[in-house]
Amino acid sequence: MSFVFYFIAALSVAGALAAVLLKNTVHCALALTVAFAGLAMMFLELDAQFAGFAQILIYIGAVAILVVFAILLTRGSETPTDGVFSRKPLIGLVTAAGIFAVLGWAVLHSTQVLPHEMTKPTVTVMDIGNALMGRYVLPLEIVALLLTAALIGAVIVAMHEKAGAR
Amino acid sequence: MNPSVNPLTGYLLVAALLFAIGLAGALTRRNAILVLIGIELMLNAANLNLIAFWRYGPHPEALTGMMFAIFSIAVAAAEAAVGLGLVIQIHRHAKTTDLDAMNRMKG
Repeated sequence: MSFVFYFIAALSVAGALAAVLLKNTVHCALALTVAFAGLAMMFLELDAQFAGFAQILIYIGAVAILVVFAILLTRGSETPTDGVFSRKPLIGLVTAAGIFAVLGWAVLHSTQVLPHEMTKPTVTVMDIGNALMGRYVLPLEIVALLLTAALIGAVIVAMHEKAGAR
Repeated sequence: MNPSVNPLTGYLLVAALLFAIGLAGALTRRNAILVLIGIELMLNAANLNLIAFWRYGPHPEALTGMMFAIFSIAVAAAEAAVGLGLVIQIHRHAKTTDLDAMNRMKG
């Protein structure tokens, strides 16, 4: 565990906490970008360069921008006067804390049986391309179909209804 | 047993913490967009788990965990696009994104 890991972990967790806790919705979206950037750095630290840069391109470049667009289109940047949290937040908080306790307990008590590969894997983008075009070609095609369907579906759902069109 | 020696433990704990934060956000926020942000955080925590297990697992050259994470990122992008489109349409219809105010499915 190096200093770099602790720095990146603190950055990601702080960004995630700010994204969930801040009152202004636009600030939440910006904090979410920080959390995504921290996670991308963590992927790079884990020698998964392709996944790290895909995370930067897709999450910071596309999803965060989409969230900001949605906030501005729905006027969600206006902070509501009667609070941003639900009226009974205790149930959700207890559920989340319980799940974190169970997960943390499981992680801390299973370290002895987990495999421990210390050699650095050498994976080039060419290997990933060969795998995508060989062993994983069917999932790739299904994801392509899913993305096309999601694109068409999102446009249809968000399209303006014409007056008297129903 | 000193758990801080194993680097995998650290990544798994960070992923568990991010998942819990995202779940708490999705369960307690009232704005529908913030609920989607919480869901994105949970998906990212799962991706971190996949990549960490790929890196410290027995056969990293098989690329299994990395491929799973890449496909998961693609599915999450599709989910975000459709979810935010739905939120925009609901706001156009009901003039609110407050989930407590959306208590009927009839148009």
